Amino acid sequence: MFTPELIFKIVLIVAVFAITLLIAMYSTYGERKIAAFMQDRLGPNRAGIFGILQPLADGVKMFMKEELIPNMSNKVLFILGPCLAMTTALMTSAIIPWGSEITLFGNTFNLQITDLNIGVLYVFAVTSIGVYGIMIGGWASNNKYSLLGALRASSQMISYEIAMGLAIIALIMSTGTLSMREIAAAQAGFHWNIFVQPLGFLIFIICAFAETNRAPFDLPECETELIGGYHTEYSSMKLGFYLFAEYINMFVASAVISTLYFGGYNFPFMNDMGLSSNAIAILGVVFLFAKIFFFIFFFMWIRWTIPRFRYDQLMRLGWKVLIPLAIFNILLTGAIIFATN
Amino acid sequence: MQSLTNRKKVVSNKEMTWVEKLYLPAILGGMRITLKHIFSKKTTISYPEQKREFSQVYRGMHVLKRDEKGAERCTACGLCAVACPAEAITMVAAERKKGEEHLYREEKYAATYEINMLRCIFCGDCEEACPKESIFLTDRIVPADLKRGEFVYGKDKLVEPVDKPIDISKRQTPEVLEFKKNKKLTHNR
Repeated sequence: MFTPELIFKIVLIVAVFAITLLIAMYSTYGERKIAAFMQDRLGPNRAGIFGILQPLADGVKMFMKEELIPNMSNKVLFILGPCLAMTTALMTSAIIPWGSEITLFGNTFNLQITDLNIGVLYVFAVTSIGVYGIMIGGWASNNKYSLLGALRASSQMISYEIAMGLAIIALIMSTGTLSMREIAAAQAGFHWNIFVQPLGFLIFIICAFAETNRAPFDLPECETELIGGYHTEYSSMKLGFYLFAEYINMFVASAVISTLYFGGYNFPFMNDMGLSSNAIAILGVVFLFAKIFFFIFFFMWIRWTIPRFRYDQLMRLGWKVLIPLAIFNILLTGAIIFATN
Repeated sequence: MQSLTNRKKVVSNKEMTWVEKLYLPAILGGMRITLKHIFSKKTTISYPEQKREFSQVYRGMHVLKRDEKGAERCTACGLCAVACPAEAITMVAAERKKGEEHLYREEKYAATYEINMLRCIFCGDCEEACPKESIFLTDRIVPADLKRGEFVYGKDKLVEPVDKPIDISKRQTPEVLEFKKNKKLTHNR
């Protein structure tokens, strides 16, 4: 019944779940600190040393707040919204290869929860469901600002998903597989996909910003026009779930970018230093997390640098620039593959 | 014409070049600036631990001084209340009894002396009006409070403690004392 494989997977699932939540928690702290530093301030520094306990204080505050459900809202959907947002945000991490193979007590395990042979499509499927969390929440609130925010979110995410998918098609053409594990393994050493697909990477990362609703694409929740957008009516931990889901999405998006374009758990000279395979696996996990942290920082860096798009600019960039560019990228990749074969 | 600051820029509406339309160089330039600011010196002053340096003649919370023997200098003449443009000062005078000479310097003293810190505009006119060198503004800050009533400061908060005299030498310089002796000036009369 309890084979070593099953026990290992259960441990891995719990570990990934815990690490995801922990990183999302401290991303909120990191975001505030980075924002402060970029504006020559100090940021939160009262709770614990350097404000290290600030996320806990925020969490306690969120739980203690009064829970309001608007009278005219659809109560079932109102509660379902944040649950969906949170669930879909957590689901994507199942197919991220966190490291290569590790050998424990004579058994070899993959450091990946499940190796789907269509892993890339799974990522798209789950992010598409993520729209429902925002859409249902915004619609059930029965508030025009929430509805506008939700509409913006869904139209934005649908528009940018196309360009994102097209960027990925070019990547799949050059790697020849849909499995995240094989894509990561093919980038061994320093053969990262960024050098093969620089244009595809640029399109993908712009779309990733739009998919996670982060600045400069944070129109669904722009405070100035929509007073919070789809979560205007939310309070207490349901609001917390929405905000938290955004940070989990950011973490997962960083992990996907690192895996697809920046070699995942691979690092330069990994096979030339004469390390055992276990040491390489552990070092690989460290390197993957270093890459993920860099991209989380990059997300925040962009947010506190660039102002928000106007809605027509957003749509123009998505439909008139990114999609033609992605199609051009596919043609270019195809031509190069045809020429080299 | 020469501009005052030399920061004048001529604005033009010219067509953007292809590179400019990409926006990527501009974005990278912006990111360079924000990255530079991460490592630059922070301007925040963490208030209770660090304090901003005050001016030499900062006008903060008032103090009612005692003389060298520890007797209150205030004689409740009311000139400060008259001088006060915000009408923040009120007082009740009383006569000194026998045996209270060590408490009050002259025959008349202020039984109550109240300054409403919400009305006070910290102009320092009370200090200028005082003929007995009794009231002074100090570099202490009036702390925040939760109720309006708490801001009416009585003698318990205004009179300096006997054992801990409050330094007002920055505001009572020899020049100021000399100036106050000149009775030809209207406000010294």
